[in-house]
Amino acid sequence: MASNSLNSSSEGSFRQSLVVQGRVLHALLIREMLTRYGRNNLGFLWLFLEPMLFTLAVTALWTATRTIHGSDLPITAFAITGYASMLMWRNMPGRCINAIKGNTPLMFHRQVRPLDVYTSRILLEFGGSSASFVLLVMAFWAFDAVALPEDALQVVVGWLTLGWFGAGLAIVLGAVSEKSDLVDKLWPPFSYLLFPFSGAAFIVDSLPDKAREILLYLPMLNCVEFIREGYFGTKMHAHYDMPYVIVFNLVLTLLALGMVRMHVVEADYE
Amino acid sequence: MIQLTDVTKQYPTKSGPRTILKGINLTIRKGEHVGILGRNGAGKSTLVRVIGGAEPPTTGTVEREMSVSWPLAFTGGFHAKLTGIDNLRFICRIYGVDFHDRLDFVKDFSELGAYLYEPLGVYSSGMRARLAFAISMTIDFDCYLIDEVMAVGDDSFREKCKVELFEKRADKAMLIVSHSHRYLKGTCNRFLLFRDGTIQEYDDFDEVYEKYKELLAEPQTF
Repeated sequence: MASNSLNSSSEGSFRQSLVVQGRVLHALLIREMLTRYGRNNLGFLWLFLEPMLFTLAVTALWTATRTIHGSDLPITAFAITGYASMLMWRNMPGRCINAIKGNTPLMFHRQVRPLDVYTSRILLEFGGSSASFVLLVMAFWAFDAVALPEDALQVVVGWLTLGWFGAGLAIVLGAVSEKSDLVDKLWPPFSYLLFPFSGAAFIVDSLPDKAREILLYLPMLNCVEFIREGYFGTKMHAHYDMPYVIVFNLVLTLLALGMVRMHVVEADYE
Repeated sequence: MIQLTDVTKQYPTKSGPRTILKGINLTIRKGEHVGILGRNGAGKSTLVRVIGGAEPPTTGTVEREMSVSWPLAFTGGFHAKLTGIDNLRFICRIYGVDFHDRLDFVKDFSELGAYLYEPLGVYSSGMRARLAFAISMTIDFDCYLIDEVMAVGDDSFREKCKVELFEKRADKAMLIVSHSHRYLKGTCNRFLLFRDGTIQEYDDFDEVYEKYKELLAEPQTF
């Protein structure tokens, strides 16, 4: 670990490092929150308003047209689970791409390292999407528009796994973006392309076998199915392979940490 | 002590990698005041960034056995959307020092008054420098990096900075980049002249200044 203490000893114990780490993450989180949402509450409100508008629009559209989304699941809850999940795996990378480029001056404070910047942004994004998910369900539930999840624990587990995937992907893309501008340009169109395949608008059970097999290589689709099974329980027949997602996440995490060490951090030369 | 051993720094450019620092060896001990001279683009600020730890060297090592400040009056780490107070809070948080103690000093020293509660985006560059300098002084370091700091602020503020830095903190190590010879002459006891990515050390200011003027007379290509 880099020596962080002000009295410049290089022997900072592990515990000391943890304290510094906590301090830095705390400071970065508040900084991110203030710069993103501002002091007035309206900024923060958008976190919920945007997905809420989307959910309302989808509900209206699908109720009006009765488009086949592959099941007779309650459409509002279906839209919420799909969109909230998409927000998480799409926005985490979005926030981490070029995150260091714009923040190099911060690195003058040697206790702040690229991984801290990534972590704080990922945590904030995770908190934001989680809060928006929960509040949306509560809000629609208050108006009797959705039922509560049948198995909340499964929803939480699926949500956490999806968050883990998003975090790994975010750091990998973030680290690559420091080396190549292509990531910044390609991620938005690529994520739009992935959006329809990620389960936001269908359930896997409605697909032909061949398509199922191929699309289930997408970790986020497995997570969404898992979350939805938790949400709708016996009302839906879910398809997923969570061990596959876990292995995928592990590999992604290793890759992410390795890249941060190799390319961007390079901080342990002290 | 800060020790640089065979430090090189390369940046990719359109015409291939460009080596800015070519094997720098340098030791800075407690209390030394080191002045750096060199033409634009010679690598002075790169050296400051590498010593400060904002960027790792491409090859070579930087060992720090004393705490090193961020470049004084440097506003890059501040956020334009945050108020002066919020930026101070951020610094206090990451350095683990009490904010309330520091606030009075910053208010007093920066003389920014109500502007402290405004986002940095509305500050003039002089005001930003005032804030940055004041905040820099709230954290105690063994070594201060000073990159052209005195180019900012009006005379009275400059005088204040001088007292705060060179009188109250005279025993601290300092690394000073400046084009102002008057400024370096009075404060430094070691001088480094940058030339083609390498440094040449001089103990005597008049000698280094002579060489520096010769350098300036040469045609320059980047």
